[in-house]
Amino acid sequence: MDNLLLMMAPLFSSKLLLVLFFGTLFGLILGVLPGLGPTTGGALILPFTMTLDPLSAIVLLTSIYCAGTYGGAITAVLINTPGTPAAAATCLDGYPLAQKGEAGRALGMATVSSTVGGIFSVIILVFFAPILAQLAYEFGQPEYFALAIFGLTMLASIGEGSPIKNLIAGAFGILISTVGKDFMTSIDRFTFGINELTEGIGFIPVVVGLFAMSEMLTQSTLINQVFNRIALKAIKLPSKDDYKKTWKTILRSSGIGSFIGVLPAEGGTVASLIGYSEAKRFSKKPEEFGKGSIEGIAGAEAANNAATGGAMVPTLALGIPGSATTAVILTGLIIHGVRPGPDLFREQPDFLYGIFGAMLIANVLFFIFGFFGAKIFARITLVPNKILWPMIFAVSVCGTYSLNQSIIDVWIMLFFGVLGFFMRRFGFSVVPVIIGLILGELVEGTLRQSLVIFDGNWLMFFTRPIALTFFILSLIALAFPLIRSKKFKK
Amino acid sequence: MKNVQKQKRANKSLPFFFRDEFKVSLVIILISIALLITTFTFDIVPPILNRGIQPATFPKALLVLIIVMTLLIYYLATKNPWKVEKKLPKSFYLTLLSFLIFLVISKTLDFFLAISVLSIFVSYCWGEKRIFYLLLVGIIFPVIVFIFFETILGLRFPPGIITNIYYS
Repeated sequence: MDNLLLMMAPLFSSKLLLVLFFGTLFGLILGVLPGLGPTTGGALILPFTMTLDPLSAIVLLTSIYCAGTYGGAITAVLINTPGTPAAAATCLDGYPLAQKGEAGRALGMATVSSTVGGIFSVIILVFFAPILAQLAYEFGQPEYFALAIFGLTMLASIGEGSPIKNLIAGAFGILISTVGKDFMTSIDRFTFGINELTEGIGFIPVVVGLFAMSEMLTQSTLINQVFNRIALKAIKLPSKDDYKKTWKTILRSSGIGSFIGVLPAEGGTVASLIGYSEAKRFSKKPEEFGKGSIEGIAGAEAANNAATGGAMVPTLALGIPGSATTAVILTGLIIHGVRPGPDLFREQPDFLYGIFGAMLIANVLFFIFGFFGAKIFARITLVPNKILWPMIFAVSVCGTYSLNQSIIDVWIMLFFGVLGFFMRRFGFSVVPVIIGLILGELVEGTLRQSLVIFDGNWLMFFTRPIALTFFILSLIALAFPLIRSKKFKK
Repeated sequence: MKNVQKQKRANKSLPFFFRDEFKVSLVIILISIALLITTFTFDIVPPILNRGIQPATFPKALLVLIIVMTLLIYYLATKNPWKVEKKLPKSFYLTLLSFLIFLVISKTLDFFLAISVLSIFVSYCWGEKRIFYLLLVGIIFPVIVFIFFETILGLRFPPGIITNIYYS
């Protein structure tokens, strides 16, 4: 009961409500604009959160996360381009349905299923995050090392690109985290005599570079691309018949999305693809999929929004990001001096339940904004790239500079922008780099501290049941893409 | 799907050193080897102070892992070649050039001026010819961003010919 009251706290704070309102609106705009999204948007807004208290800052980031994930559906349905990668599966049926003159119905279903998926996942978050945090009390350094390894091996199956390429990108992310002074011995590593690098490479320049700047370069190759926009008259709530057809799909996808979200490093993109394929597998009319199936939209959208709450579970309970956007939220927590993990649940329940409540409200808010404002948000896609991207560049540069007031950070951002462009061009996803960078310190720190505890005996890792379980899970995660591709070939 | 197959076949017909998989793998391996060599220059902790592993051990292991995995993707690509990527358009190179111009101007003249020049340059190269919009992205918007960061975040931009006038 106390926790329920704590969750409702944002409703009674005008400041938090204002932050939620702005965050949801901003998240929707980011989600609608192809190439941007909650990860880039969260990274761009991170410097601004320094003017806010920790709870308001994290509420802002989480509301951007929830609304941004939904916003991608608007673009997916109307211009057949996913606003966010998580909305890719929505294009498959959303656009064909819109072509049949039922854009309002498609967006109505996307809005309802996103909201249900989002709320479902917050409930999962409220129940499971404290349980996971309780379990984490049993974790020592070896267990955290094994858990981080499990998180990294999950990169093999994040859905985008080849598993080995994802693992290379993840290893590269960890390598970036080793730049600077070694935390145990203060010995310089990869600093090349540059003083600014002794503090290490910051998270924000890398994220803004890999997401925003590389996307700017990608957009520079697409300036002649023409989108076929479908006009939206009004968004329609699903009919009784649509609800009958889809309620099972929505619930199933909400469960799938929440589960996938909880797995370290996985996120909305994988969740929506699995949610979509499961919707097709269970459907009475699988032949309609890809031609404008309402179940397809419901399956994909419920799953990708359900992944938001799921991904917050390991982020808050263990400090292991559940997705690229939660890696940004994790950075936000650290910048504001909040250390995620079991102690957070014991010492600051008001803070945590405030976040849970805010996510719940954000899901309701984007339903209202989406339902009444989809037509306006759809018009945002009309802003030409030749105006939009130079503006994003100005904000990216100033935002990156502002955190440490360092021009080197801006250069690092541009370097990662160019690198990210070529990575994507040759099939390397940039998400593993972010996850690797975030987990790098944890992996190396816990490994070295464990070896000190074990007196250098590596085999001791396998004598601890929880660590051993994570290592076995890591092997399964590595084998999974192989099994999946063999099954696919059959 | 057919298009991808066609692009893959086109790649297979090229000599191996012209293929993307060879070039990409080679670049990754060369950079990794260079970094691996760098790790041998890291200071070594004397045995009496050393607890656990040396600071260079972890990056060394990572770089070896990257090299092994890169060899593996190259081996797999010999069986299943990557598709040939389309040539990059002129607008891409111009945008890349704008990054360089930004670096030079921000280092030598002014950070704020560099943002303005890049914004106008990119917008123009991407097809915007209307003066008002060029002024919007090149001057009006950067001024708004500058004032916002200056007043709300209390940020002090690096010295330069324009920012010095403002700060004085």
